[in-house]
Amino acid sequence: MELRKNYFADVRKDDLNEIGQPRPRSDSPGHVTGKTAFFADRNFPGILHLKMVRSPHHHARIRSIDTSEAEKHPGVVKILTAKDVPHNVYTILILIQVGPEDETVLADGKVRWKGEAVVAVLAETERAAQEAAAKVKVDYEVLPAVFDMEEALKPGAPLVNEYHGQNYYLYDSGECRKVRFGDVEAGFAGADHILEESYQSSPIEHAPTETTGCVVAPEGNDRFTCYTNTQAMFFTLDNTSIILQMPGSKLHFVGGTVGGGFGGKVDVIVEPIAILGAKLTGRPVCFIYSREEEMQISSPRAAEKVVIKDGVMKDGRIVARKVTGYTDAGAYSRHSPYGAQKGAGHYPGPYTIPNVWIDTYCVYTNRTPSSAMRGFGVTIGDFALEVQMDKLARLIGMDPLEFRFINAYRDGDMKAHRQPTEGAALIECMQEASRAANWPVAEKYMAMSSYVKGA
Amino acid sequence: MAIRRGRGVAAINYPTGMNLGGDPTQALVHSTPTGNFMVTLSSVDLGQGMKQIMAQICAETIGVPTDRVVVDTADTDTGPHCMGTFASRGTHRAGNAVIQAAREARQVMLEVAAEELEVNASDLETDGQGNILVKGAPQKSISIFDVALSAHFKRGRSISGRGMFLIPRSYPEKETGAMKPSTCYAHACTVAEVEVDDETGEVTVVTVKNVFEIGRALNPKMVEQQLVGGSWMGISHALYETTEPYYPNRDHGGTDFNQYLMPGPGDLAETEIIVLERPSADGPYGAKGPGEMCANPQIPAVANAVFDAVGVRIDTLPITPERILRALKAQAAN
Repeated sequence: MELRKNYFADVRKDDLNEIGQPRPRSDSPGHVTGKTAFFADRNFPGILHLKMVRSPHHHARIRSIDTSEAEKHPGVVKILTAKDVPHNVYTILILIQVGPEDETVLADGKVRWKGEAVVAVLAETERAAQEAAAKVKVDYEVLPAVFDMEEALKPGAPLVNEYHGQNYYLYDSGECRKVRFGDVEAGFAGADHILEESYQSSPIEHAPTETTGCVVAPEGNDRFTCYTNTQAMFFTLDNTSIILQMPGSKLHFVGGTVGGGFGGKVDVIVEPIAILGAKLTGRPVCFIYSREEEMQISSPRAAEKVVIKDGVMKDGRIVARKVTGYTDAGAYSRHSPYGAQKGAGHYPGPYTIPNVWIDTYCVYTNRTPSSAMRGFGVTIGDFALEVQMDKLARLIGMDPLEFRFINAYRDGDMKAHRQPTEGAALIECMQEASRAANWPVAEKYMAMSSYVKGA
Repeated sequence: MAIRRGRGVAAINYPTGMNLGGDPTQALVHSTPTGNFMVTLSSVDLGQGMKQIMAQICAETIGVPTDRVVVDTADTDTGPHCMGTFASRGTHRAGNAVIQAAREARQVMLEVAAEELEVNASDLETDGQGNILVKGAPQKSISIFDVALSAHFKRGRSISGRGMFLIPRSYPEKETGAMKPSTCYAHACTVAEVEVDDETGEVTVVTVKNVFEIGRALNPKMVEQQLVGGSWMGISHALYETTEPYYPNRDHGGTDFNQYLMPGPGDLAETEIIVLERPSADGPYGAKGPGEMCANPQIPAVANAVFDAVGVRIDTLPITPERILRALKAQAAN
């Protein structure tokens, strides 16, 4: 790695003692000698293992659940169903007033994705819990499922989630988050070329070294200590308090070093049910995802579809951009309404375009609920935007890097969401990339600056 | 049939912190009797090294070496509220909270030192090595060790501070979408070079040159580890990863690392990282959040390089050999 201090030297003081120093990490020796403690290093006498009975169907009505055989299985201590969960229907962003509550801790009457938790089994050993889970009999009436976002948005599509009432998240702005800036149709009308292209991604796994999980210990004072690898301590505690209808003062969450998050540990899935198990049995409980659960049950990055229509001039200026983004939330909201909205704030990318129209949709389908992941709401959008930029440059016969200089945002430029640009540095990054990659551009682009002229 | 070479570029920006703000983080700082400093948080270290960075920020602000600072975090009984570690917010939000708490503690520390030295607190400065000196008269000084002892046992003062950082929440205007998603943005430009085997469709990323602008590299070694890891993750997203290879079909999903493809050590490109620093107005010592953005530009850069190499556009991720071969076949048919 190289620090190029010649850029922005005029706005930066390099006079600090500790900041800017490559100090060794104080936790590294523990990591490399195996001394760092993770949540799963906690063990308690009499700990119970929790395993889930999961839906084998993408969409089905639950006619009945029979746990009688499972209860008789040696080592089984407790079996939990929806009726055991005090506030079973929840949504995590309710803490910041983003509702409605739309997901069940344990399925109640219906399953909406293959893998959804239906019954929780607590047993003396992991094996006993697994074997007993296989003996739980659930009678399903399979329902039509929808997997494709465009199909889901058509009239007459199977309704994925009754708590929403339609297969998209309803923002205060309607069926999508909207950004309107300038007159995009007039921009297209005046453009030399129009290019409309569509981009698609598939769900992606966070692939942390350490799978999602927690260990819960009931304390002598009626409190519960939850050792967890959540990425958000109080967010998880407060949601658990709501789900269990238990005062937050009864809950003590302890984290520590986490073996990788990447956004995959912000969903509040394992803690509430494990604490409930500890409360109802009076014993410590661990609930730790297998690698298979981490990959297919835990929320992935959403699949996204992005449609971009651009109007561009022969001289390289983009004069209009219309973006329609679709985020496949799967069966439940989790963080997806936030992610789709974040996309609306990110488009049309780091470029100054006078006419912009953005619609971003959060769509429900019968698949594993997606949620946050590194680059949430932006990563796939950037793939689409930057491939589109390459296509536009080639369409007008211009060098792709020079084409970006022409459109790059600079300090003071008004963004589509009506914030003036501050602290821009795109131009300088491209100048340095031009040098580093030996990709020469015309001298006028190397002379550009992100600063406001004359300021 | 041949190995064809191509290169592609992508340029991006990325917002720091929770979208639309409204995401608080608090911090507490106090000194021990002998002048070590404890930072108390409830933020989570995901392995990226947050504790180390918070220690350096506290040390810089108080004016002591980093090894005199201990960070206690991720405990809801002791740590004040943090919204969580996500959205490239850890360093920016918690760092600002730690600075505010450390400033308050430093002020008490200087007041106690002023009483001991019989000068005004405003006339004092720290030397960064554990001493407090009179400005312009450095021979007149007191160690922070002695200042802490005095505060605890003689003067009855608590060298401590409270810190809070909150960006007020922005609510998007319904019709126009006018809003404030973020207060600062990191930037990047990546150039990727690839080789594409037009017989097998296999892509080899030969080199990736990344330029990242991150506000301020608070610890350059840790910045490097995060940026290099992110760059690898970007390549992995571009070419390999998905839990549903035939989306929207739900079949063929990987359930372990044998089935879920990620690059191994032999698949990683020669990676170059260049860092620029334009300090952000509201970042701790100018820092922005580089954690997420560093994995983004490689994806389109690789996609554009594949086109440059073989002349087909793969607009669906990941860019698998199957997709490339199908596109080449369609191209030949036209």
